[in-house]
Amino acid sequence: MSTIIIYTILTLSIIGVLSAIILYFVAQKFKVYEDPRIDLVEAALPGANCGGCGYAGCRAFADACVGKGELADLFCPVGGNDTMSGVADILGIEAIKKDPRTAVVRCNGTCEHRPKTNIFDGAMSCAVAASLYSGDTGCQYGCLGCGDCVTSCDFDAIHMNPETGLPEVDDDKCVACGACVKACPKTLIELRKKGPKDRKIFVSCRNMDKGAVARKSCSVACIGCNKCEKECKYDAITIANNLAYIDSDKCKLCRKCVPVCPTNAIIELNFPPRKITVSDEATVETAKPIVKAPDQTTAEAKAESSEN
Amino acid sequence: MSKLFTISPSPHIHSGDSVNKIMYSVILALAPAFIWSIVMFGLDSVRVTLLAVAACMAFEFLIQKFILQVKPQITDGSAALTGVLLAFNVPASVPSWMLIVGSLVAIGIAKMPYGGLGNNPFNPALVGRVFMLISFPVQMTSWPAIGTSGVDAVTTATPLAILKEGVKNGQPVFEIFKNLPTNLDLFLGNISGSLGEISVAALLIGGLFMLIRKIITWHIPVSVLISAAIFSGIFWMIDPARYADPIFHLMTGGLVLGAFFMATDMVTSPMNPKAQIVFGVGIGVLTILIRVWGAYPEGVSFAILIMNALVPLLNRFIKPKRFGEVKIQSNKG
Amino acid sequence: MLKSFKIGGVHPAENKLSAQKAIEVLPLPKSVFIPVGQHIGAPAEAIVQKGDQVKVGQLIAKSSGFVSANIHSSVSGTVKKVETGPDTSGYPKKGIYIDVEGDIWDEKIDSSPELNSEITLDAIAILAKIQDAGIVGLGGATFPTHVKLVPPKGMKADVLLINGVECEPYLTSDHRMMLEHTEELIVGVQLLMKALNVTKAAIGIENNKPDAISKIIKIAYAHSNISVVPLKVKYPQGGEKQLIKAVTGREISSGALPISVGAVVTNIATTFAVYEAVQKNKPLFERVVTVTGKSLKNPSNFKTRIGTSIGELIEAAGGLPENCGKIINGGPMMGKAVTNTEIPVTKGTSGILMMPETEAKRGEIMPCIRCSRCVSVCPMGLEPFLLMTVSEKQIWERAESERIMDCIECGSCSYTCPANRPLLDYIRLGKGKVGTIMRNRKQ
Repeated sequence: MSTIIIYTILTLSIIGVLSAIILYFVAQKFKVYEDPRIDLVEAALPGANCGGCGYAGCRAFADACVGKGELADLFCPVGGNDTMSGVADILGIEAIKKDPRTAVVRCNGTCEHRPKTNIFDGAMSCAVAASLYSGDTGCQYGCLGCGDCVTSCDFDAIHMNPETGLPEVDDDKCVACGACVKACPKTLIELRKKGPKDRKIFVSCRNMDKGAVARKSCSVACIGCNKCEKECKYDAITIANNLAYIDSDKCKLCRKCVPVCPTNAIIELNFPPRKITVSDEATVETAKPIVKAPDQTTAEAKAESSEN
Repeated sequence: MSKLFTISPSPHIHSGDSVNKIMYSVILALAPAFIWSIVMFGLDSVRVTLLAVAACMAFEFLIQKFILQVKPQITDGSAALTGVLLAFNVPASVPSWMLIVGSLVAIGIAKMPYGGLGNNPFNPALVGRVFMLISFPVQMTSWPAIGTSGVDAVTTATPLAILKEGVKNGQPVFEIFKNLPTNLDLFLGNISGSLGEISVAALLIGGLFMLIRKIITWHIPVSVLISAAIFSGIFWMIDPARYADPIFHLMTGGLVLGAFFMATDMVTSPMNPKAQIVFGVGIGVLTILIRVWGAYPEGVSFAILIMNALVPLLNRFIKPKRFGEVKIQSNKG
Repeated sequence: MLKSFKIGGVHPAENKLSAQKAIEVLPLPKSVFIPVGQHIGAPAEAIVQKGDQVKVGQLIAKSSGFVSANIHSSVSGTVKKVETGPDTSGYPKKGIYIDVEGDIWDEKIDSSPELNSEITLDAIAILAKIQDAGIVGLGGATFPTHVKLVPPKGMKADVLLINGVECEPYLTSDHRMMLEHTEELIVGVQLLMKALNVTKAAIGIENNKPDAISKIIKIAYAHSNISVVPLKVKYPQGGEKQLIKAVTGREISSGALPISVGAVVTNIATTFAVYEAVQKNKPLFERVVTVTGKSLKNPSNFKTRIGTSIGELIEAAGGLPENCGKIINGGPMMGKAVTNTEIPVTKGTSGILMMPETEAKRGEIMPCIRCSRCVSVCPMGLEPFLLMTVSEKQIWERAESERIMDCIECGSCSYTCPANRPLLDYIRLGKGKVGTIMRNRKQ
């Protein structure tokens, strides 16, 4: 019995030693020189491998950082400026600061605002629906509601709101990797500058139809009426293809454009409630509440005002 | 517009077949063998089958409801089918608690952890059966003699076990055969063995039903049976004194049950005819190898499980005949 | 044994409800909307403006490229506007709205019903007439016929196949055409043979239309170079590749055109349109449309002017059934569901099918049980379950290497899947993506 044990131990040990020797020589033979800084940079990165930087993963991004020797076109949206300054320290070069961004869904076509015109019964995928037809509402630019953005998010930062049928971004979790921007076949999602306290103002609509057509399909569609453009003092608003767009880099978050919008297409988020002053009173009726989706009473009020 | 029409991509019609229909049809196809088992083993076979079905469905329900926390889908019939197949692969005299353990292994280890229906690499019923065979070898290999049941049950050995024992003791095969049932008895199922495997005739009726209903294709069963026959025939021709003839091999043990019902399990079999034939031949050859040289008298379960493990490879490297492929080759050549 | 293609195929319930209904002429609509993009390829360019007076058969939009087709007015009247309007594609498309006033035909058109079987023109003149008439494949693919009839350099056609298969359930327009316009069709076949310079033609018909087969055999008997091939009923036999395989036994290799095996396929309705264009000077502005559905009062075959809204067809067939849950432009296997009844009939509209609510919705999606039925029914020998998975997970390289581009989108996989999985939905998506990737790589 003991001889068996001894032989077993001996055989295994010899195999082990031989393998170690072979592996050592193979490793020597196929050794590839790698800049040790790549490992350091990789360690400094968040390691989410989300691809938000445009590279296949964190390793590839680290490789690019070291290889290029400058950080002009390289930015990790997940780690932000802190991570990038860490990377810059490792490489001994200067980091380029970028404003933190966050994803914004530019469609407010809830069931009340945008009545359904048919029932979609295909695979639950926006891409499938978009390649089939314009969507289950009258608006061919609006959200399809199948949740491709939700599936694409690696950070659990975007969810469908079952009541509105629209996706909502969780600002705390969103790292602006841009996966949902790519996933949305209607290009509704945009990465916008993260304002102080997550405050943001944006045109929540992508409808490029003429005003009457857009309005017919959705009560909160942008009709391209130019009122906000005239109101803006900072040239942040442009109108193209019957559609207003607020440049988040120019916008000073003054909130002047919000009340003038006749269709409530401009949305302000995370602001304190407005003070009701005499001059504002006229606009109070159409002003947006400070919630993500307007509640029913405003929707009805809007419906009334549009009928009048 | 008052009426909302449904919009979906084509096609707009469906064959009407469903997972449920397939599963219940397979269970229906097993009915003749079940009836025969009642004839042979009496109420014990009803006890074993119902218990296995109930246990499998209960475990699946509990796992889905409380561990995975999804909507239970036990009505799709797949758990019930696993239960029936598990019951068919054990002796009618098996203790109830053992069967419940087997069901738990089948559902709780072989099926649900992989993601439930459609994702398990191994046939759950067979995993349960093999677990029981290895853990409780005595109970799993004592078969009640025909016509006895309950406490009076007299245990007996299967033809394969008698053969194995005899060959081990150096008896020539034709000597051993004197103690064995005739081929007709084997075909009808007038022998002892696991609950559902004994009657080749009853299983063939079920198999034929599935072939006609197009639930299975001929590729797997035919390749299993033919390869087993050829491979055992080679042994037999080399030395008829040491090896049994192919007809004996085909009719005994779980080969027919395995070929028609276990190997053809959709989830764990390959996805195209060519790969299915390779899969079937593998099962046939491995079964005979285990029967002739292995430690166990019967090898169908092991053969199927081994081939199950190779299914992803078969799917990856054996592709169906593509339209236009012949042309490409002839153009090149 | 009847001939058929070898790999895969399904046999859905035929439901040819309108097979015994003679073709009726639909009354003129009050207005029409004629989209300028009714074919594969570049949309035509409108050459009329608001307020213009047009006659039936007058050119109103001109072909704008090599793969494009002319579009003619189907009615006489005033052009109301040139604007976007509803389209089968599901997205608004540009088109010409015309208010109908009377029914004045262009003088050049011979509107008499007499058969003109005398072929006087040569191949080039025939091709020119086909091109002028704006003829496209009327089976649904809408590929411009004049492009198909001119083989690319270095290739030569040796056989003309006429697709009389009509393998889609419900549809009967080609069937009726074969019964009621047999002589014209044979003349059409001869014209196409002359244009292609081939000596053989074969008409493939599934044997669920025995009346059409016997009638065509009777008339084609006089022409030894035209044969009629009865085929076993199997979907998708009307697919070009499948039809060529079934009739001639030749197999087109992956990614190649039918011409690579010397075959050109045209559809029955297209052949008839060729006859009318060449022998009667009549451009393509009307076609036969099957209006059908299980709960429709009066399933029929209508000769319809292009641009008529499908709502008028449905009214003429007894009105929209109360339980209608889905309207399909085309057959149930490959047709497109439409959102409303204002969609116009275009050159590619072979049928309007109304599905009752009970059949409109898909079944509950279950996990794939790997039953491999999709593999066994795929007429291209692909693995739909795998293609769906890689498309869903966006692994485009694998999709390409598994030959996703070979998919003919026949829908046999989704039709047969017991787990109701949306196989073709995702495969179609993947095909689009892989196609884009491949085109970008070539550039």
